[in-house]
Amino acid sequence: MASALINVPKKAKRGDIIEIKTLMSHIMETGYRHTAAGQVIPRDIITSFTCRYNGEEIFRADLFPAIAANPFISFFTVATESGKFDFEWIGDNGFSETASATISVE
Amino acid sequence: MKLFGTIFVSAVLIAAGTAAATEIPASERRSGYTFMAPDTQAIQDDDTANPGMLWVLDGESLWKKKAGAANKTCADCHSDATVSMKGVAARYPAFDKTLGRPVNLEQRVNLCRARHQEASPFAHESRDLLALSAFVAEQSRGMAIAPDKTAELQPFIAKGREFFMKRQGQLNLGCTNCHDDNWDKHLAGSAVTQALPTGYPIYRLEWQSMGSLQRRLRNCITGIRAQNFDYGAPELVELELYLMSRAAGMPIEAPAVRP
Repeated sequence: MASALINVPKKAKRGDIIEIKTLMSHIMETGYRHTAAGQVIPRDIITSFTCRYNGEEIFRADLFPAIAANPFISFFTVATESGKFDFEWIGDNGFSETASATISVE
Repeated sequence: MKLFGTIFVSAVLIAAGTAAATEIPASERRSGYTFMAPDTQAIQDDDTANPGMLWVLDGESLWKKKAGAANKTCADCHSDATVSMKGVAARYPAFDKTLGRPVNLEQRVNLCRARHQEASPFAHESRDLLALSAFVAEQSRGMAIAPDKTAELQPFIAKGREFFMKRQGQLNLGCTNCHDDNWDKHLAGSAVTQALPTGYPIYRLEWQSMGSLQRRLRNCITGIRAQNFDYGAPELVELELYLMSRAAGMPIEAPAVRP
């Protein structure tokens, strides 16, 4: 039951600097831990996050085992035109989630 | 850290020799929130930054999902949770007449599954159980904690209070020795706080996950090196009852974030 929480302002003035906040549900298992029986718990993390603004990539991040569970990523961009933000998370074991949000720019 | 622990414990033992434990006056009660750093408070305050909301979202979809041999959803009986579940977390644990003892929110979810959905119970601390509890608890956000006044509950609250006051474990500490007598101090780097469970289930940064009040209580019991209880044990529910009575009147913060 993966789910994402996205916070993008619904409206902005052209040229405004806006903050985008994303939270993705994921355990981010480091691969460095062991069970009580001594077996390694296999790594299971998100490895990549991208954000596209009307198709154009505006933000990308690579994620590593030291990043906390349920990664919260926030960044800024300039509101240039009305449209859509597409978010994508890719990770181990074929993990792939997408989400989107719209903005209207005046 | 060990040194701090030793100093703190000795300080407690000395203090306990001179003054008996007293409960915190209503005017001095503070939510665990007020002990947190501003950064951590900001995580709780913003619903799009609070990871607990991921469980609430999952709970919302579970609420509408058919389960068990009866093939019923929670909503089939309780309809709109924003109406029917409002205030429920503020008065739990509640007395269950059939069992003749109090049950907490997680146990109620599982009882509902057994009695009405004819489904198998969720495992303790499983994502589904925490998700449904968090979703139900969130409906009471901002409401004052109002413990059930049922007469049948009173002996259980008294037992919970007795447990809270009793010294136990290898460190020979009662809950009260930290949470009533020394809540304004630190244990190693962490604030001791007042044992007022206003925001459960909580997202605890240390756990990297959501957890119930019982998980927290079991942590504390391990901390004083006492014999622990299994999840769902009557002793833990009684302690929950007493803790909620301590917090009566304080607003529900669920899903809260704690360090």
